[in-house]
Amino acid sequence: MHEWALAEAIITSARQIAEKEKLKEVSEVTIKVGELQQVEPKILRFALSQMKTDLFKHAKFRILKAKSTLKCRVCGAAWKFNTKKIDIATAEAIHFVPEVAHTYIKCPKCGSPDFEIVSGRGVWLEDLKGAK
Amino acid sequence: MVDPRTSVIHERLAKIGRIVAVSSGKGGVGKSMVATILALTLARQGCKVGLFDLDFTSPSTHIILGAPNVKPKEEKGIIPATVNGLEYMSLIYFVGDNPAPLRGADISNALIELLSVTQWGKMDFLVIDMPPGIGDAILDLVRLVKQIEFLIVTTSSLLAFQTVRKQVALLCELNIPIIGVVENMKMNKAYGIQEKTEKLGLKYLGAISFDEQAESAIGDMEKLLSTSISKKIGQIVQTKVLAKK
Repeated sequence: MHEWALAEAIITSARQIAEKEKLKEVSEVTIKVGELQQVEPKILRFALSQMKTDLFKHAKFRILKAKSTLKCRVCGAAWKFNTKKIDIATAEAIHFVPEVAHTYIKCPKCGSPDFEIVSGRGVWLEDLKGAK
Repeated sequence: MVDPRTSVIHERLAKIGRIVAVSSGKGGVGKSMVATILALTLARQGCKVGLFDLDFTSPSTHIILGAPNVKPKEEKGIIPATVNGLEYMSLIYFVGDNPAPLRGADISNALIELLSVTQWGKMDFLVIDMPPGIGDAILDLVRLVKQIEFLIVTTSSLLAFQTVRKQVALLCELNIPIIGVVENMKMNKAYGIQEKTEKLGLKYLGAISFDEQAESAIGDMEKLLSTSISKKIGQIVQTKVLAKK
């Protein structure tokens, strides 16, 4: 249910943007969820629907998935995060704090934990549409 | 693209009376010990207190607390586990005893994540055990936590105090409140830390002598709270510099 806290952050952030842009109604919110955090889109969507205020009454929430690319700082190898290669406890730890991937994941080529999370880390507010 | 997490941090911390970052320019001055005992002392006085170990790469408050293998609860975010009467949060829940080799940007991201998803609830104090120096953690806290105040720990050594000067200069430049300076592991010979602190315009909160009993008290709350460190911290708390808000 960690998704609820993230949904709250998305709604708060979207409301702040709408206020700044002087939008009276939000029609669409596009959210990008990085594969590394393994956010469950169904739970996120449900949480968002429960937090809707008047501003988001007719808003559609688009949830896009972003592949997670990791790149080794030592040998330069790049690879994709794959939950099938880790156990449940590790997956859960990374779900809560994606940076702990550095504790559990190593470069498949040289074994270094010193890699960059190039893309697909966590939750991002990609776009917001609405009427003034 | 907008990172939505920072928008909710203020709300997550809104019901906390005072947020005290225990900090120093140098490592090894006893920040974690002071932070943990301070949190326990406040809790023993009837305050509701949280302890947040922000020293992600070298956390140690869980060892001082003798924290059992507890986990935080997941309930619309993360609810800290209660350890020895403290609401306790640490990266240790997610990495165990394994190393967490994090670079600056990763430290920032992990800090923002935990600040945005941790449901602290209503508390009188949140004590934060800071990593040493003036790096990412301090800059992020100052940026994201509006009500932050600093309690600075030094030793009697000029080497430690010189780094404290830099930290104080930075915090003053940013208009961040500093509660005062604690001189920990005080040496017998006087090196004038009190005068130096007061010259900086800061409150000298007191000196804690090196306490050989402290090491054997690690993990044992009753022993820990009867050390001379605890007694001194108790006296500092009595001076009302850490009164409830």
